[in-house]
Order: sequence, then C-alpha cells, then structure tokens
Amino acid sequence: MIRFPHWLAMLLLALSLGAAPAVAQISGTPTNPVSPTISAEELELQKALTGGRIAGRITIPDAQQGSLIQPAGRDWRDFHNVTLAWVGGISVLGMAGIVLLFYLSKGRIKIDAGRSGRTIRRFGLLERTAHWMVASSFIVLAISGLNLTFGRFLLLPLVGPDSFATISLWGKYAHNFLSFPFTLGIAVMLLVWVKDNIPNGADIAWFKAGGGLIGSGHPPAARFNGGQKMVFWITVLGGTAVAVSGYFLVFPFFATDIAGQQLAHIVHGVVSVLMTAAMLGHIYIGSLGMEGAFDAMGSGDVDLNWAREHHSLWVDEQMSSARKTVAPDGARAAGAD
Amino acid sequence: MARMKFLCDSDRCIECNACVTACKNEHEVPWGINRRRVVTINDGKPGERSISMACMHCTDAPCAAVCPTSCFYTTADAIVLHDKDTCIGCGYCFYACPFGAPQYPRVGNFGSRGKMDKCTYCAGGPQADNSPVEYVQYGSNRIAEGKLPLCAEMCSTKALLAGDGQMIATIYRERVRARGYGAGAWGWRTAYRETVTV
Repeated sequence: MIRFPHWLAMLLLALSLGAAPAVAQISGTPTNPVSPTISAEELELQKALTGGRIAGRITIPDAQQGSLIQPAGRDWRDFHNVTLAWVGGISVLGMAGIVLLFYLSKGRIKIDAGRSGRTIRRFGLLERTAHWMVASSFIVLAISGLNLTFGRFLLLPLVGPDSFATISLWGKYAHNFLSFPFTLGIAVMLLVWVKDNIPNGADIAWFKAGGGLIGSGHPPAARFNGGQKMVFWITVLGGTAVAVSGYFLVFPFFATDIAGQQLAHIVHGVVSVLMTAAMLGHIYIGSLGMEGAFDAMGSGDVDLNWAREHHSLWVDEQMSSARKTVAPDGARAAGAD
Repeated sequence: MARMKFLCDSDRCIECNACVTACKNEHEVPWGINRRRVVTINDGKPGERSISMACMHCTDAPCAAVCPTSCFYTTADAIVLHDKDTCIGCGYCFYACPFGAPQYPRVGNFGSRGKMDKCTYCAGGPQADNSPVEYVQYGSNRIAEGKLPLCAEMCSTKALLAGDGQMIATIYRERVRARGYGAGAWGWRTAYRETVTV
C-alpha cells in the first residue's frame, strides 16, 4: 500500500480553505495593518486617575525624555501653587501673629530676681559657632526659599522683573551653596547636644506648668527645658529632612525620576515652611522676648539668676560639680582633724 | 487669531526623527537639548506607536503657573513662550510640565542648569522678531515670517500637524473617517482639556 504523505494532505486542506478569503481580500477593503486598540485619550485618562506616566523608548541619551505624558505634573502644580502657599502663609504669618500677641500681652520676660552680676558658662565656642553657622545660613535659606513661592506676588511688583530675576538667581546660588554649612552645623549640633536633649519626666512637668510662659513661676529644668528640646528635635529632624530632600533637588535626576523630584520638593517645601515658623518663635524668645537669654549664644556666659530661674536643675548640677573640683570627695576643711 | 496646537497622528508616525533633526538644525539647539523627541510606546509589542512630542503650548500652562519669576507669557496665537533673561533655571517648570518639554543646558544644579530651553513653536522670544539676539537665545522665528513650525512642515508622512487647533483637528478627523481608525490626539486631553472625537 502506498502511504499518502501527511504533509500533502495538509497542503491540500490549506489551499482549499485559504483560497476563498484570499480572493475576497484582494477585491474588498484592505485590512488594518496595525492594531487599532490603542487610545491616547483613554491612556491619558487612566494615568491621570491612577497615577503613573505614559512612557516608552527613546533614542536620545536623556532618560527623562522617555516620559511622554505625566499628568502628575498637575498635582505638583496644585501642591506648589495652592497647598504650599497656604501652609506656608498660615504657619509663618500665624507664628508671627502669635509672637506679636505674646509680646503685647506679656511683654519682655524679666529676670525676676534681677541680674546677680555673676555669670555662669552656658555654651562654649564650638557650640556657639555651630549655632550661628546654622542660624545665619538658615536665615538666608529661609528668605531665598520663601522668595521662590511668594516673591512673585510680594517682591516682583515692587522691584520689577529684571531686578527680581537677579535677586532670585543669586538667591538660588546662595540657597544651593549655604546648604553645606547648614548641614554641617546640624550634624555638629546633634553630636554636642543630643545627650542633654533626651526627653524625660521633667519635660512633662515643664509642659504641664506651661513652661513658665503661660502663667507665672519657673518650672525646674535641666540644661535644656522641654521647649528647647522641642526646638532641638525640630532643628535636627527637620534639618535632616530638608537637607536630604534638598540634595535630591540640587542633583536633579541623579538618584530619582520625575516623581521622586516632585516628592522631594513636596517634603522640602512643607518641612521648610514649618521650620521657618518654629524658628520665628525661637528667635523671639532668644532675643527680644526674654531678658538675659541672648547672652547664652552671645558671650556664652549667662547671668546666674537667669540660669537659676530657667535651668534650676542644671545650675545645681554645675554648682555641685564645681564644688567637687574645688573640694574633691574626702577633702576636709582646714583644721577639721 | 488662531489657536496654535500640535497634533501627532501616531498611526502615521514612522519614527524617522526628521522632526527632531529639523528642529535642532533650524534653531541650532545645543548638544544635550532636544526641544522635540520621538517616544515609542509598547516597543516591539502589539500596539506599538511612536509619538513626536514637544511643548504642547497648553491652555492654562502649568509651567507659567509655577514659575517663581513669572517668565512665561502667551502670544495672541496662544503660543506659550518664555523670557530667558528672567529665567533662573530652578527646574520647577520641568516638574509641572506633563510633557517633559523644558530642557536645561547643564545637567546638575551646581552647573546651575542654565536658562531653560523649550520648543517656541518656531516663534522666537520676547526680543525683536528675527533679530540676531533673538536667534541666539531662542532660534529662528518662522511664525513672524508667516510660516508654520519646521518639524511639522518637514514631516515625511504628515503625521505631525501644526496649525490652528480646529483646522488640524478637522484634518485628523477626515483621516480617521477615511481609514477607519485612529489612536486619537496625544496629549490633547492633558494640554487642552479636550479630545478629538470622530
């Protein structure tokens, strides 16, 4: 028996089935050469609702250009123009208002016992250097930063576009480069002050007593009271957050993509305006708001009566350790034996 | 006055990059800056499309809204332009732009990015039309000469259309009706809050 080749049967079958449609295709409408399933409108709507980007392959080196459409830009715009403006405006002006009301109602806080004329060393040279390095760079950073959000409404109409552009450009350079002394100072402050800023029970008592700001009297406090510890942690944690997010912004797309850049800006903006508001309170109470307070960061030596009123536990501790230096344990008064 | 727009018919774009090259040559755009680029989505898969993209000259442009120095302005033809003399290179327009249009001549911020550069719709900048100073900063000003953007004029398959929004939308609708399909107008929903329905 001759075996009918299998492949021949398949060929015959294919020809008989395929012949009719092949003829129809030539005479009818040409079929769609590409899949028509894709819709720009639907893709854009989907990305706008669920987040993400329409992205693809590009043939140029700039990888950021692979992003075709990123509807998230609209959200970032809303954050920058609406959310940040309101959060910044309310927190900074609000704190300024609180400080003003406080000054008008309570006035400058005096040293109750008056100046004693004797001083006690509070901050050494390293501590004051770190403080003023952070403080001076922070003031420039805060003003140049606020200028990017509010300058076009407040300063631009006053000085005109050309001067405003020059001011803002130098503000940007200052902002970028002063980030280094700011960050270094924050690191030094953390190292020298963290041991005195661990929250403890005395802080709770201090806050319950209103910190001596609300009501009267001076709740006991160690080297740093509850409020100062708060300022310390706002500076260290907030400063770290603005430094890290700031370096993401200063090295654009080095370690992240457009979504990461937007997030870095959001963190940077919110934390910065809140820190600026907190620092307004700190600046007030450390200068105009309280007699004797500025000496701590000025000369480094504070009046003993000021120290007794505001940092009683710290003074006791300093006095007893000074006593030990003068008269070590086991020392006896002359003629005692 | 016309309302100028771009429309890329991705069912016609063959990713030849002639628009990119035409733009770079016409305006002598420096190395590293691409005012226009072609992005291929679903590369090598069913539904692959190439789309030529540049600044879309948005209605209520996000770049202008976030610019700290208000350096953007819109022409009577609704073309979004900017003044490089007041740009500080902060990068905010890039964060807000849905299309990645703003470009910076220097990469890092410690090169301080330089003045932002983007598609001008071949309409130059705030300087006097077709003056040498305008050419150096923004490239040629074809609009002032009564011509349309070179990228669209050069397009070999006429995938990229430039001109009055209603006119190019009509051309696109006629094409879709004739051939029976079309992916739609890329970016129009995001840029103009409208779509080209057939």
